[in-house]
Amino acid sequence: MHRRIYGLETEYGIICTPEKNKGKKLTVQNVVMYLFREIISGRMYPDVFLENGARFYQDIGCHPEYATPECDDVIELVAHDKAGERIVTRLATTAERRMRTDGFRGKISIFKNNLDTVGNTYGCHENYLMEREKVSFRQLASQLIPFFVTRQIYTGAGKVRHSDQGFYEISQRAQHIREEISIATTTARGIINTRDEPHADREKYRRLHVIVGDSNMSELANLLKVGTTGIVLRMIEDHFINEQFALRNSVQAIHEISEDTTCKCLVELDNGKRLSAVELQWLYFETAKRYLEQAESDPTTDEVMKRWEYVMTCLEKDPRLLDRELDWVIKRKWLETYVKHRSLNWDSAEVRRVDLEYHNIRQDVGLFYKAEKKGLTERILDDAQIRLAMHSPPERTRAKFRGRFIKLVNNGKVLCGVNWSYIQLYEPYQKLYLSTDPLEPEFEEASRMIYSI
Amino acid sequence: MPSEKQQEYRDHPMNENEEIQTNPEHDDSVDELTDDLETLLDEIDEILEEDSEEFVENFIQRGGQ
Repeated sequence: MHRRIYGLETEYGIICTPEKNKGKKLTVQNVVMYLFREIISGRMYPDVFLENGARFYQDIGCHPEYATPECDDVIELVAHDKAGERIVTRLATTAERRMRTDGFRGKISIFKNNLDTVGNTYGCHENYLMEREKVSFRQLASQLIPFFVTRQIYTGAGKVRHSDQGFYEISQRAQHIREEISIATTTARGIINTRDEPHADREKYRRLHVIVGDSNMSELANLLKVGTTGIVLRMIEDHFINEQFALRNSVQAIHEISEDTTCKCLVELDNGKRLSAVELQWLYFETAKRYLEQAESDPTTDEVMKRWEYVMTCLEKDPRLLDRELDWVIKRKWLETYVKHRSLNWDSAEVRRVDLEYHNIRQDVGLFYKAEKKGLTERILDDAQIRLAMHSPPERTRAKFRGRFIKLVNNGKVLCGVNWSYIQLYEPYQKLYLSTDPLEPEFEEASRMIYSI
Repeated sequence: MPSEKQQEYRDHPMNENEEIQTNPEHDDSVDELTDDLETLLDEIDEILEEDSEEFVENFIQRGGQ
């Protein structure tokens, strides 16, 4: 089986509203501190690894951020991303209780989206470990850009907007992309980001850090986002893509495709041809199919290919067919239905609120989950897989042993410092264990030592 | 979760030998409401009982990455 490390980092939006709009308001900073109180003591910086190998921390802009542990399978990755939602939800419930004890009666809402009311954005970042020598960065970037520009037609989370061109667009992030290639993550964001932090042997590995994507509620859209990208990366690494998909103006194209909910608008290629996002994605799909006729596949890859083909077929026919599968289509359907049956205006606060509440991660409140409960969404996981991922790290990567150590720390058995690539045991052991290859459970030695004590 | 709607097979536009499932009776209008959708709308009503104007205005984050 071809192996690669995949990871997802989700920055959440958060707000606390006082009960019946009375009482003191808490700042976002204060609420985030309450969120962390369950897992850290008072003076520590909010940044911890959890027993499932994941990292939960406060990121730039005061967003709680959950980074999944290293996974080598994209279905497992989607389960770990969902586990993150459930863990953060549980922390929010505990935080509300603590706040009440301190005299703040309020409700915490946490959104897995990428936009606030005034247009500030926060991200969902994908990470892919790649072997450095297989392909030059230049080649990697040029073959990936057209893919990232067009994959939003199935990965987009959808957003309400107010313009003459229509009330809705496909992607939350697209309009915040200003460059083709950039190292910036908070200003001039690029289609390709160059922040290469492999947390591993730098000579052997690079990390592809992807910041162009939307956060997904739909398990299927999430699977497709990471799964199709993984397949395309394999083709690029193996020099299998010969076609020239380069776009004349990629940044303009990513904006235009997001604005066209029929998925029919044409964008111009360097070679003068004009193709739609659907046609370009079909080209990537057909290339992948040919690639997998001669390269090794596995059940997860087969599943991704099957789903990819299905959504492409529907997108070509009519995107509205995917109102169980894709976030931007599911959300639009309810918004349209609600607007029509309640005679609302698209620029009303109610519509904006519905747009937000789709992404509320609390299962008893969020609109996505209300629909999921009614069987109105397509699932790829069951709840047992998600529950498992909340407590157990992936079995085949170094996250396995990190998770084990965190359990020991949490039980007061050892004191140690932990990061993605090391475990440092403090007194009385005084040892540092480094990992240079996340695909190998390299902390095994450290683990053996601990169990021998 | 399997769809409750009927499924049919449809030719793939690029591979005529292959078949793929789609929902032929897929209702893409928003006029007809199933019971589930009706309940969903009621549930949205409940959420919106709070002051949405104030909620939306207050939802301001600092930019992230």
